[in-house]
Amino acid sequence: MNKLVKGKIEDIELTRAYNQQLIALARENPLIVDVEADLGNCIYGPDFKKEFPDRYIDIGICEQSLSSISAGMSITGMIPFCHSFAAFASRRMCDQNYISCAYAKNNVKIIASAPGISAGDNGGTHHANEDIAFVRPIPEITVMDPADSAAMRWAVKNAASNFGVYYIRAERFKYNRIYEDDFDFAIGKANIIRDGSDVTLIAEGSLMVNTCLTAAEMLAEKGISARVVDIFTIKPIDEDTIVKCAKETGAIVTAENHSITGGLGSAVAEVLCDKFCGVPMKRIGVPNRFGEVGLPGDLQKIMHMMPEDVVAAAEKVIAGKKK
Amino acid sequence: MNDIKKLALEIRIEALKMMNHYGFGHVGGVLSVADAIAVLYGKQMKYDPKNPKWDGRDYLVLSKGHCGPALYSALAIKGFFPREELLTMNKLGTRLPSHVDKNKTPGIDMTAGSLGQGVSCALGIALGLKLQKKDNMVYAIIGDGEAQEGQVWETLMIAPNKGVKNFIVMLDNNKQQLDDFTDNISPLRDMRQKAEDFGWFAVTVDGHDVEAINNAIELCKASGKPGFINLNTIKGKGWPAKEAISNNHAFRGPAFAGVDEVINNLQKELEALN
Repeated sequence: MNKLVKGKIEDIELTRAYNQQLIALARENPLIVDVEADLGNCIYGPDFKKEFPDRYIDIGICEQSLSSISAGMSITGMIPFCHSFAAFASRRMCDQNYISCAYAKNNVKIIASAPGISAGDNGGTHHANEDIAFVRPIPEITVMDPADSAAMRWAVKNAASNFGVYYIRAERFKYNRIYEDDFDFAIGKANIIRDGSDVTLIAEGSLMVNTCLTAAEMLAEKGISARVVDIFTIKPIDEDTIVKCAKETGAIVTAENHSITGGLGSAVAEVLCDKFCGVPMKRIGVPNRFGEVGLPGDLQKIMHMMPEDVVAAAEKVIAGKKK
Repeated sequence: MNDIKKLALEIRIEALKMMNHYGFGHVGGVLSVADAIAVLYGKQMKYDPKNPKWDGRDYLVLSKGHCGPALYSALAIKGFFPREELLTMNKLGTRLPSHVDKNKTPGIDMTAGSLGQGVSCALGIALGLKLQKKDNMVYAIIGDGEAQEGQVWETLMIAPNKGVKNFIVMLDNNKQQLDDFTDNISPLRDMRQKAEDFGWFAVTVDGHDVEAINNAIELCKASGKPGFINLNTIKGKGWPAKEAISNNHAFRGPAFAGVDEVINNLQKELEALN
């Protein structure tokens, strides 16, 4: 539990943390460019534009071009960070991410803001409840969902300095700090942020990592010791930690700001299958349904993604353990 | 121009040989684009066959990527890889897949195959070079069927709006797509006018007149705008029996009957130019 923040400290929006880190990197590296499709104002784009007007390229509302143009720029040695809402960055430019970026082996960083239900009052067309499902199967892609600003800063730095296609979700609501600034992150390494022995809650992204920490406290009051893991990178996924937690705690609940189909829950189930490590497992996330308008708090309730829902799932999986 | 005409004939000969050898190929579109590629590799483009990634080179994105054989022929003839390798096209493990792949073939600048994306990437290359104040030229070749893809129109909108200059898109307007003649599916109408309205310097030329194509490129380069060249071409040009007939998009097996005679005739034309 080294270098974890103690107590509750409010974090900044991860979109803000992303933008600040991108600007810091752009100061050192003239090859970094920010490519936008008319949603730059939603990720503090003007701050980047003010400092680097030439390197802020807003191409207008054409997401397919957003992906392919970024791919082309990377061929000349630039390091493009291209951004849209997660719904569009995954669905609208799916083939371009696949072919122009990944298949062609280009160096493109796709930033996906307002993930899952945090698209909130923009409603069902904007909810990115399946974006991880769309990008996860793409070969050679790195998929990350940083849970706080320290994780986000590390993710951006790592993306800028490693060749390849990255898909990074960027939450725009404020949750709590989890990691200290110098936490030891790594691609493909999940972080155990609370130890426990009766069940493991594996979470993805700031909303559900925080939800699981709350759920763990509620479980503790019931005498249940819950381990909490922040998956951090969904691809490559930390198979060793998943297996270790399955063996040591014997029951798993996954929790994601995403559909229970195709995202974290599916990925963890795949690992347990492949490693012959089947344990009782339940997936918390958006059930296979469309989104709707509502504040994230309200949506979290109707989608059954509240701490109470995690608690109930934990009790079920514990009850499901073989005697 | 004589050298370019010879190169165009050689491209047709090698491309037909390799597609016939494998038993499948997008013959119609490969033949229609041969002259444009001959102008590019015979005269216009800066490149180094021994150093395909030379950063002083001009770039070509064959956005109609299924016509790889035409470009492979040019690259082999110019020394990017041995001519013998052309016969490996489409075999398992080949460096020459049917659709161009920048990670497999020396001299291919960008992977293409899903129509509309290559030209969009080419714009990205042009933007990246412009940012770095480099003056390399970037060329992209699209098909007329491909011009039905929305991403092509996004590219047409963006390039002039971002002040891109060293960028030329050539449309191999051979009047057919896969299912039918383009006019029977969704006509492009006046592509030259449309490109001009979008802010490009736009010309129409006979896509089989290498001198006209070369002049068009020079005009584009001098215009201070991104350039659009509408090449009036014939799908299957160079194989008289297949020129402009319907369903000449791709040939498999028996459809290649008669190709040896075609190759012989092209060979004779080549010798006559020598």
